[in-house]
Amino acid sequence: MSPSDGVILAAVDVYKNFGSTAALQGASVELARGEVVAVVGPSGSGKSTLLHCLAGIFRPDRGEVWFDGRRIDQLSDDRSAQLRRTAFGFVFQFGQLVPELTAVDNVALPLLLNKVHRGDAYERAGSWFPRLELDGLQRRRTGELSGGQAQRVAIARALVAQPRVIFADEPTGSLDSLTGERVMDLLLDNARAAGTTVVLVTHDARIAAGADRDVTVRDGVATSPARSTAVR
Amino acid sequence: MSVPTALLGLLEPRPSHGYELKREYDALFGEQGRQLSFGQLYGTLARLERDGQIAIDGAEPGEGPERKRYVITPTGVAHLGHWLAEPEQPNPQLQAVLFVKVVLALLSDRPAAQYLDAQRAAHREQMRALTAMRKRGRLTTALLADYGLFHLEADLRWIDVTAERLDQLRAEVVR
Repeated sequence: MSPSDGVILAAVDVYKNFGSTAALQGASVELARGEVVAVVGPSGSGKSTLLHCLAGIFRPDRGEVWFDGRRIDQLSDDRSAQLRRTAFGFVFQFGQLVPELTAVDNVALPLLLNKVHRGDAYERAGSWFPRLELDGLQRRRTGELSGGQAQRVAIARALVAQPRVIFADEPTGSLDSLTGERVMDLLLDNARAAGTTVVLVTHDARIAAGADRDVTVRDGVATSPARSTAVR
Repeated sequence: MSVPTALLGLLEPRPSHGYELKREYDALFGEQGRQLSFGQLYGTLARLERDGQIAIDGAEPGEGPERKRYVITPTGVAHLGHWLAEPEQPNPQLQAVLFVKVVLALLSDRPAAQYLDAQRAAHREQMRALTAMRKRGRLTTALLADYGLFHLEADLRWIDVTAERLDQLRAEVVR
């Protein structure tokens, strides 16, 4: 059954096993356009698996995933990859930047992959640096950046192609508390300004508190206590 | 919040009038409806004066009581110094109430896990409100919000750990 109006992304009764381990056991969640939702829950509860299913990275064993009024869980690998390149942005905890490239190369990468003209891609990539407090770091190799700077470059890269949804999996997991909060503020402020929906997986309650509401995943099932009142 | 010692602290750098004290107090400590009323202000100033911790440093002629200028006395300075240096009693009150609720729920075979879920949701809601407050305010406001956020986070950890061990706790308390 397709999700209701105003919902941009939804998982409907999704199951996912890894071998004999049941990661998701009938997880359902709906995200409204422009909404920032924190997915929280104990370690191993299935929250990252839910994010990967919503993003089309994992194919559910059962159930449906909907994006913008279309089912996306049955797309071919190529179509799914294309959707991720054009409509989704990703921020992970580790290892997402190409260390041999400069910061601005990394940010321009999604645009170049989407066949945006090189000059235009670099201009758009460069425009994100001041917004993420990264002035002067465009030409720095990403291996030379601090953890907080690298994560802000990753955020710029996630936002540069103007995605409809950002998926962030423990984006502050490797940062100290103050740096992590600043990085989160920049991610959420910029996503909200652009009207981008955000799925934020975090074990950190303070980081989750920056979201509009939270969804708790426990034993592979998602529950959302404040669904009816918290959606803006 | 200790209003008398806060007023002593505001008076120590320089003497001040009642209205000015209220303005300073509200700017620093008056978040979330904790502003000082004039009744509370002048009542507290009168008690501090009676106890010799502040004195009136002249009143401007022909004016009402609000034009009195207050100054801290050496007794007041000593009291303030003692209060600042004395650690507060660590007092995890909320956890104690939650603990009693969990034990009573288990004893009466009520759904303790559901109560903890509801408490977790309430805590997270309050954390969202404090996070919004932290983002929009000055540093004084942000740090006040942080104080609340860290305490709520500690409660949440306790709630999570307890929720994981309810079966064990039930076995221990239910006879």
